[in-house]
Amino acid sequence: MSKTVKLRKGLDIRLIGVANKVKSEVALPKTVSVKPSDFHGMTPKMLVKEGQEVKAGSIIFQDKYNEPIKFASPVSGTVEAIVRGEKRRILEVLISTSQDQQFENSGKKEVASMSNEEVKALMLASGLWPFVKQRPLDIVANPVNEPKAIFVSAFDSSPLAPDFDYILHGKNEEFSTGMEALKKLTSGKVHLTLNGKSPADSAFTEVKGVEVNKIIGKHPAGNVGTQIHHIDPVNKGEFVWTVNAQDVAIIGRFFLSGQYNAKRTIALTGSEVKDPQYIDTIIGANVADILEGQITSDNVRVISGNVLTGDKISKDGHLGFYHNQITVIPEGNELKFVLTKGWLGLGFDKFSNSRLFPTFLSGKKKFRLDTNTNGEERAFVVTGELERVFPFDILPMQLTKAAITDDIDGMENLGIYEVAPEDFALCEYVCTTKINIQDKIRQGLDLIGEECM
Amino acid sequence: MKFLENIVHKMEPKFAKGGKLEKWHPMFESFTTLAFTPANVTQKGAHIRDGVDLKRTMITVIIAMIPCLLFGIYNTGHWEMVAAAGDRSLDFWADGGAKFMAGLWVVLPLIVVSYGVGLTIEFIFGFMRGHSLHEGFLVSGMLIPLVMPADVPLWMVGVATAFAVIIGKEIVGGTGMNILNVALTARAFLFFAYPTSMSGDKVWMAGNEASVDGFTGSTALGDLATFMSDKPVFENLEAYTNNYSFLDSVWGIIPGSIGETSLIAIMLGALILLFTGVGSLRIMASFFIGGYVMGLILNAFGGNEFLDLPAHFHLAIGGFAFGAVFMATDPVTASQTATGKIIYGFLGGVIAILIRVLNPAYPEGVMLAILFMNVMAPIIDHYVVQGNIKRRLKRVKTA
Repeated sequence: MSKTVKLRKGLDIRLIGVANKVKSEVALPKTVSVKPSDFHGMTPKMLVKEGQEVKAGSIIFQDKYNEPIKFASPVSGTVEAIVRGEKRRILEVLISTSQDQQFENSGKKEVASMSNEEVKALMLASGLWPFVKQRPLDIVANPVNEPKAIFVSAFDSSPLAPDFDYILHGKNEEFSTGMEALKKLTSGKVHLTLNGKSPADSAFTEVKGVEVNKIIGKHPAGNVGTQIHHIDPVNKGEFVWTVNAQDVAIIGRFFLSGQYNAKRTIALTGSEVKDPQYIDTIIGANVADILEGQITSDNVRVISGNVLTGDKISKDGHLGFYHNQITVIPEGNELKFVLTKGWLGLGFDKFSNSRLFPTFLSGKKKFRLDTNTNGEERAFVVTGELERVFPFDILPMQLTKAAITDDIDGMENLGIYEVAPEDFALCEYVCTTKINIQDKIRQGLDLIGEECM
Repeated sequence: MKFLENIVHKMEPKFAKGGKLEKWHPMFESFTTLAFTPANVTQKGAHIRDGVDLKRTMITVIIAMIPCLLFGIYNTGHWEMVAAAGDRSLDFWADGGAKFMAGLWVVLPLIVVSYGVGLTIEFIFGFMRGHSLHEGFLVSGMLIPLVMPADVPLWMVGVATAFAVIIGKEIVGGTGMNILNVALTARAFLFFAYPTSMSGDKVWMAGNEASVDGFTGSTALGDLATFMSDKPVFENLEAYTNNYSFLDSVWGIIPGSIGETSLIAIMLGALILLFTGVGSLRIMASFFIGGYVMGLILNAFGGNEFLDLPAHFHLAIGGFAFGAVFMATDPVTASQTATGKIIYGFLGGVIAILIRVLNPAYPEGVMLAILFMNVMAPIIDHYVVQGNIKRRLKRVKTA
C-alpha cells in the first residue's frame, strides 16, 4: 500500500553554493581511483597487478571473505598503482585512463525474462553488486540473505544536494530497467519514495510494478533510512537492501547495453566554488580538472559528498564511489574572538538549530559555514536537542551512549538494526557536545556485526 | 583583536606537548577558550557544526538569573533596613540607592566566595585530569548565593560549596556526570550540618535583632510555621495574610533566600530560558501544575493553616518558583527523555508541596523534593526507555 509520510522533525541547513542547473562535460579524468575504504568492512583481494591493462567493467578486486562480490574498474586503462598503507592495507587502486575507452561486453539482456538467480549472479559477476547496500549495518549487501524489501530514494535532501529529477531527466528507460532488475532481487516489494513537496520527474513516475510512496518534510526526509523506518522498519533478523537513484540507472544501462558504463552526473557545490553547476563525470574521477579555476581561495576543504556525510579529499583527490556531489567550504582553522565571532557574539554568521542565535529570524537566508567545531568536546549536558532532528521512534542519545559504551544488549534493544551513521549526521551537527556521533555509531554497528550477525 | 591573538600564538608553544610549561596546558586552555573559540576543525563525520556550544548555553542561564539577582540585592537591602528600624511598614520603593548598596554589601561577598571556592576546586580537578575548565560551575556558582539566606556566614558558604563541588560533582565525574543538583547539594549540606543557623529566627534579617511586635524575623514560611505552633487555628492565617498579601508574594516583597522571593523576577528568567529553549517547558509547567494540584488536594482535606492555604499561594512563597525554573530544569540531573521530564516535573511539584504542608518544620520542601527527584530521574527514564523497547519488540512479533 502506497504511503505518504509526513515528518515533523528535521532540519534544512541553508548553505550558499547550490549548483545551477547547467551541465558541463569534463574531459575524461587522467586517473580514476577505486578505494576499498568506500566499502566499509570489506577486505579486498586484488585480482590485477600494477601495470596491468584493464577495460571498463574488468574486475580488479573481490571481497576476500565473500568471493562472489566483485568490484570493477570504472574506466579502461592501466593500473597505475596499488597504494598500500599500514600493515599493507590497500588504500586505493589508481587507474590511469586510456584515450579511447574499451568496455567488457556481456551483451544486452532482457531483464524481464531472467530468473532471480540469474540477475543476481550477473550483477555479482559484472561488478554491479557494490551498488546494493544493506540495512542493518549499512555495508555492501551480502547476497546470501533474502531481503524483505528494497528501497530507493528518489531525492536527496542533504545540504546542497543534487537534484535527481534534473540528473535523471530523459533517462526513463535506464531507470525503469534498473528497477526491473531490482525487482528480481527480492520476493518482497521494491519501494520508490518520492519527494512529496514537488512533482517528480517522469523517469520516476513512469516506473511500473513498484510501491511508490511520498515523504514530506525537512532533511533527513531524503535519507533512505528515514523512509525505511516509516514505511517498513527493519527488525532484528530481517534485511532491507538500498540502492542510490543514479546507480539504479547505471544498473539499467548495463542490462540494456551489456556494458558497465560508470558515467555519473554530479553537482559541484559550496560557498567556495565560483560557478556551482552539474558535471558529467565518472565514478572515482580525479577532481583536479573539475576544480580547475573554480576555487576562490587556498584555505578550503574539498569534500567528496555532502557536508554532513562526505569524505575530506585533497584538491587532486578522487570522487567517492557512492558520492553524487563535491562540496567546497572554507576551512575554519582560525581563532574566533569571543565578542565578534565567538560564543558571546551576536552570531548572525552562525547557523544554529537552537534559539541562542538569530538564525531563526533569518528566513530564507543562506549561510557560508566553515569547518570550525565552534567549541570544544564536552559531556552530554543539554538534553532534548538531538530528538528535534531525528524523526525516528528511536532514542538517539540513549542509542549513542549505548554505542559509546559497547553495550550490545542496549544497542539491540534501542534499534541499532535500523540505523546507519548517516541518519545521525544531523544529530552530530546540532549536538552541543561536539562528539563525533556518526563515528561512534559506526563503531557500534561494527561491534554488532561481529558479535550478533 | 589581533594583538590578543598574537599573544596567544606566542605563548602556545610553551604549553604545547614538549614545551616547558606542558603541565599547565589545561590552565592555559581555560583562559584562551574564554577569549577565543579555538581553531579546532572537524576531523570525522559532519564537516560543519552548529554554532552553539556549552559556554553560550550557560551564559544564557546566567542572564536569565539576573532579574532575580538584582531584585534579590534590593530586597535584601530593604529587609535589612526594616529590621534595623524595627518597622515593617517602611515603603518598599523608598531609599532605593541606599537599599541597593546595602544589599550589594551582603550579596557580593557571597558570590565571590561561591565562585572563588568552586572555580578553584574545579581548576584543580581539571588540572589533575588534564582538561581545561568545563562550564558547569558558571551557573551553579551563581545559583548558590541565590538560595542562601542573607545572613549566612561566608565561611559556611565556602564549606558548602566545597562539599557540593567535590562530593556532589567532581568525584562522580565532573560536568555532566552529577546525579544531584550542585546548588541544592550546597544548600542541603548547610541545612543538615548547621540547622540552627539556617532555619528559624536568626538568618533572614541580615543580622539585626527583631524588636517589633509579632515580628519573629524569619521568612514568610518561617512566620507561618511559628504562628502555627503558638496560636489556635483561624487567627494564624489571618495574622500571616495580615503581614503578607498574595501580591506581596508575587512581587517578592517578603523575606526569604536572596533570589527566590519575587515571582515576577523568576518569571522573567523563565521567559528567557523558554524562549531560547535552554529551559525545558515540560519540566517547568509540570512542576507548577503538580504543586498546584497537590495544593488543591490538601485544601480539600483542610484542617489547619497549612492545609487551608490557597493552592495558588504556594506557587509564590518559599523557593517553589525558583526551584521550578532554575533547579528542576537542570538538564544533567533531570530526566533526559521527553516523557520522563513531564513525570519528573509533576512529581517534583507534588512532593514539594506535600513536604511543605505536612511538615511545617521543613520550610525547604522544594529543595528536598528536587533532590529526591534527582535520584529518581534515572528510574523514570528507565521506564520510558523500556516503553520504547517494548514497542520495537511488539513490531517483531506482529511482523
